[in-house]
Amino acid sequence: MGTSYSKKAGLGFADLTFTPIYHDKSYLFHDVAVIGAGPAGLAASLKAADAGANVLLVDENPMLGGALTYHRFDVAGVRAAELREQLTAKVRHHKNITVLNSATCNGWFTDNYLPVIQGNRMYKVRAKQCIVASGAFEQHVVFRNNDIPGVVMSSAAMRLMTQYAIKPANKAVVLAGNDDGYLCALELLKNGVEVAVIVDMRSQSSDPLLHSAVIEKGINVLFNSTVYEALPSTDKKRLAAVQVHAITGRGKVAATGVTIPCDLLCMSAGYMPVYQLLCQAGAKLSYDDDSARFALTNLPKNLHVAGSANGVHELDAVINDGELAAYTSLTLLGLASDEPQPVTCNKQTNFPWPIFSHPKGKDFVDFDEDLQSKDIVNATRLGYRDVQLVKRFSTVGMGPSQGRHSALPTARLVADATNRTVTETGVTTARPPFVPEKLSHIAGRIFNPYKLTPMHQKHLELGAHMIPAGIWQRPAYYGNPIDRDKVVQQEVEMVRNAVGIIDVSTLGGLEVRGPDAAEFVNRIYTFGFLKQPVGKTRYAILTNEQGVVVDDGVSCRIGEDHFYITATTGGVDAVYREMTKWNAQWRLSVDIANVTSAFSAVNVAGPLARKVLSKVCFDVDLSNESFPYLAYREGTIEGVPIRLLRVGFVGELGYEIHMPSLFGATIWDALMAAGSEFNMKPFGVESQRLLRLEKGHIIVSQDTDGMSHPGELSLNWAINRKKPFFIGRRSVDIVMERQQTRKLVGFKLSSESCRPKEGHIVLASSDQKDCAITGNVTSSEYSTTIGANIGLAYVGIEQKEVGCKFPIRVDNGEIVMAEVVQLPFYDANNSRQEVI
Amino acid sequence: MPFSLLKYGLKNDYPFENDIDLPLPTELKKHYDVVIIGGGGHGVATAFYLAKYHGITNVAILEKGYLGGGNTARNTAVIRSNYLTSEGVRFYKESVDMFKGLSNEFDFNIMYSSRGQLTLAHTDATIRSFRQRAEVNTHFGGKTELIDPQQIKELVPTLNMNPADMPVLAGLWHMDGATARHDAVAWGYAKGATQRGVELHQLTEVTDVIIENGKAKGVKTNRGTVSCGCIIQAVAGHSSIVAAMAGIKMPITTYPLQAMVTQPVKPFLDPLVSSSALHCYVQQTGRGEIVFGGGSDPYPLYNTRSTLDLKESLLASAVEMFPFMANLKLMRQWSGITDMTSDYSPIMGLSPVENYYLDAGWGTWGFKSTPICGKSMAELVASGGKVPEIIAPFAMDRFDVFRQVNEMGATAASH
Ligand SMILES: Cc1cc2nc3c(=O)[nH]c(=O)nc-3n(C[C@H](O)[C@H](O)[C@H](O)COP(=O)(O)OP(=O)(O)OC[C@H]3O[C@@H](n4cnc5c(N)ncnc54)[C@H](O)[C@@H]3O)c2cc1C
Repeated sequence: MGTSYSKKAGLGFADLTFTPIYHDKSYLFHDVAVIGAGPAGLAASLKAADAGANVLLVDENPMLGGALTYHRFDVAGVRAAELREQLTAKVRHHKNITVLNSATCNGWFTDNYLPVIQGNRMYKVRAKQCIVASGAFEQHVVFRNNDIPGVVMSSAAMRLMTQYAIKPANKAVVLAGNDDGYLCALELLKNGVEVAVIVDMRSQSSDPLLHSAVIEKGINVLFNSTVYEALPSTDKKRLAAVQVHAITGRGKVAATGVTIPCDLLCMSAGYMPVYQLLCQAGAKLSYDDDSARFALTNLPKNLHVAGSANGVHELDAVINDGELAAYTSLTLLGLASDEPQPVTCNKQTNFPWPIFSHPKGKDFVDFDEDLQSKDIVNATRLGYRDVQLVKRFSTVGMGPSQGRHSALPTARLVADATNRTVTETGVTTARPPFVPEKLSHIAGRIFNPYKLTPMHQKHLELGAHMIPAGIWQRPAYYGNPIDRDKVVQQEVEMVRNAVGIIDVSTLGGLEVRGPDAAEFVNRIYTFGFLKQPVGKTRYAILTNEQGVVVDDGVSCRIGEDHFYITATTGGVDAVYREMTKWNAQWRLSVDIANVTSAFSAVNVAGPLARKVLSKVCFDVDLSNESFPYLAYREGTIEGVPIRLLRVGFVGELGYEIHMPSLFGATIWDALMAAGSEFNMKPFGVESQRLLRLEKGHIIVSQDTDGMSHPGELSLNWAINRKKPFFIGRRSVDIVMERQQTRKLVGFKLSSESCRPKEGHIVLASSDQKDCAITGNVTSSEYSTTIGANIGLAYVGIEQKEVGCKFPIRVDNGEIVMAEVVQLPFYDANNSRQEVI
Repeated sequence: MPFSLLKYGLKNDYPFENDIDLPLPTELKKHYDVVIIGGGGHGVATAFYLAKYHGITNVAILEKGYLGGGNTARNTAVIRSNYLTSEGVRFYKESVDMFKGLSNEFDFNIMYSSRGQLTLAHTDATIRSFRQRAEVNTHFGGKTELIDPQQIKELVPTLNMNPADMPVLAGLWHMDGATARHDAVAWGYAKGATQRGVELHQLTEVTDVIIENGKAKGVKTNRGTVSCGCIIQAVAGHSSIVAAMAGIKMPITTYPLQAMVTQPVKPFLDPLVSSSALHCYVQQTGRGEIVFGGGSDPYPLYNTRSTLDLKESLLASAVEMFPFMANLKLMRQWSGITDMTSDYSPIMGLSPVENYYLDAGWGTWGFKSTPICGKSMAELVASGGKVPEIIAPFAMDRFDVFRQVNEMGATAASH
């Protein structure tokens, strides 16, 4: 303990090569969870189970019984074992009780949500009622050298003897502040340990019978005395003797005393409730300075405390208290049972002031953190008077035991130094976990869900370079990353000159159906949708309440009361959440479904797209006249029903084909076969990005940021400001009235110039010192089609005119001058996507 | 390590005469020139600079709990300036610079430790925004660059380069990133302020604000009424509640924010490491504990309870980033209450009420701004309401005129 402890254990090494091993989680649901299988917990479990409640009993020890497994309750020393036998036998055989032993309930979370750790598993328990019968921690006495090995709590010595059959020493001294010290002395004797003396800090024992029992066995008792100093052996490794002085006042001792040789000192000065779980639940711990007793109050409704955690220490009263907690729980559960007697217990277990500060120090308050009583008192003298400040200044209670043994002496010392009561001083906040827990228990199974499109395997076979897109994987292009630029340009040329196909299954899909469907879509998106004809698509922009563009897609009107709307891959879940959130307020008669994974989609694009499609889709007239740009049709391919959207994102004749995901691969194969005679190949998202860039189409999130208003993006055409409402309408109106500060423009640089990267910044002037940042590059690529470096960038409002040259700072602080050009870069009158 | 050890070494007889950090509590006076509501870092820093630079010492800091017991005590002490906007970077950069000199200024060790902060990119969209942040930072004199996986491996050899099957593609390496002992910052300011005559009143809760003819005149507290020349509110998570006492409605939503810490182990992790995709940041304190933090809770609430859900998701991410940490033991989990603005920037400056000044909207990012914030608020008050240029962009009316300072992307993964 003490000094050597924190040097050796407190700062252990982390094993940086450790490989996680399997841990998992499981769920349990119970009427009553009882934490702690001591006499209170056992009694509570039995009473609750007898009344028909489904009980979970949790204890951190392998053996049930709590204090019954080591504590001595009577002179003869027979009561504990008998009672343990009797209670645990009943519990083991009770059909309504599930026992988790060697299991720690490591926290209390709102509404009795309890993590219970056992082995490599964490049970997440939901309990209607929870009874905490977690017992009490014995507290040490503060005196000089109380950290020497051989100075122990009485309960520790008792455990060694009764649970492990270990004789802990040859000659012991018992330092008592309550009668439990006498019982410990009897147990020591029984195990062949000589008891030199019982040093009792009180003026008499509470139970005269106990006193005569120890006298009878020849043990001497010194009243009104304490151990003032423990004396180490010459090698300083263990206890050799204790220095006993008469007590002359609170914390004061006579100048001289007697030295008593011994190799064990057992301390019985009192207990503190194991209050951690209860205080995590908001319970208040109070302490009565006169009776030196604790009480826990202010518990939430379905949480109860019983036994020594509740300040009840006498065995019959403890059982009574457990039954009372069970009765209260049963009543709340609506289950009938007999009402137990009210609990009476007068046993006083806490000595009020077991602190004997020594001028030479080493009178430890906190063994983890090596803190002596002066460290606590001095913190208050420096001005850190609040117990929380004392903790933070001195680090008391911050070690692995989290104040289990330091909280009480600290509270006493602080109260004394600042003229307050212990209750006023309080203890520092108890926070989860109850005992330090391995991260692996909480992390559980390492489980990373991901989604694959039905064509995923095909892409791999075709040599795709896959990149993540949210929780999806998408082909960036089909080829080796070393050849990235070349491959992308080839794929773009293929689409511009012939035909290509791209898997767009990751696009979000939302179905809106019901009598109010049109009204709903009209309120969500900025365009007008009330009059959108059946069989037509319309561009849909979503703004948030700040008027910022947050998503876009295409709305297809399938029927009067049926819309199918696409959303961005990364945005669809948020859009769906927004839709349901808003309709929780609007209460329109619509049904909203996120069908992203139910539908797969491909886009067949290029001048030859119609030829490819007409080889597999026979029931739709694909001609420009009857299936014009922006129209929506339904048909079949290979007997599979499909939704067809005539779109123009990449700027060529194009059809988006949406089909049930189950048939995604079938239709992909059919289209690939149909396209083979036209040399149709797949293209990836990076090629698609360049294609759309040539057309000047934005990608929401790449070309927009948290401030992008429709005006900055030149999207005013897609905002219907005649309709009464859409989300963000008020903000959009205000922003439209204001002077804009920046604008997203297309820019061009000669092909020899250094190509800016996405994220490079735009400056107000090319003299970069002290000049303002006016914008940033959002898209940038070399375009073979245009024969130049092209891109999109935010620029200052004074830089937005076509022909304006503006500085971009590229890598290494170099400046390149880009020129604003009219968008789109390619096919200005849209003839390629619309007319053919 | 106990703080006293740093301060006094192993001397037995501290504290020395006159070496008192905080004076004994006194009665409240009837009147102060300045009342500061909230004894967190911001409140005491403001008082410190009022006294030190402007000679204004008839000042009371009213704190309902204990000194620095709000978010100052709960935060994870990330100090950095690698934000996105020009307004933000300029402001936070100034604060980081001030932090470097604080220990000297206080003659009180705040354990400032410049470690560098590394944020991981797992998608090309993140790389784009990192490049922009690096460029903006460099423009204002900060040390931030975009680095590649090889450089990341060298900086943090223990990092898993493929956490949650999301390969690390690049990193934003912010060499100015640092940390400090959060409590000590509040104590240092409080000590300096009270030594100059400022009064710190703990356990003193403001229950109402007295306004006459549109002017702030005083406050009611659990210890009586106090009149004053002006009021500064610096109450972090309680901004909307306190502002409402002055009749001010704030554009703020309040969420809990949680953090957690392991048992201490020997130092192995120097930089602060975060991943936006995994919503997790990891750092090792001077004591050797590993601190984990992430995003705010998903729903608004005024409650400092911890949740199991957050602990599970955060630690799952942490174990993805550093698999061997599965074997470390978590010691404590806690939470604070954060007042979030829609643009992730603070609200500072004037309010609709005369002589009532706002220091709010600090959400998850306000510890690092403690020095600059205190300095600017003091300047604002001392000048009788002339808004210093560096905080002008953060005025509350920016929400009416749509001049937000959007730092969402630069704030989500680390505070
Ligand atoms: C878990 C967590 C992690 C964080 N991590 C970081 C980080 O890494 N880096 C970073 O820069 N920021 C971080 N923050 C944010 C940062 O903690 C805060 O923004 C900052 O501490 C705010 O300082 P403050 O002095 O304004 O507030 P606080 O320290 O909260 O002080 C406000 C004080 O006002 C008092 N008060 C409230 N109401 C009243 C009243 N009616 N009367 C009197 N007193 C009142 C409170 O008791 C409190 O002490 C984090 C926050 C949390 C919760």
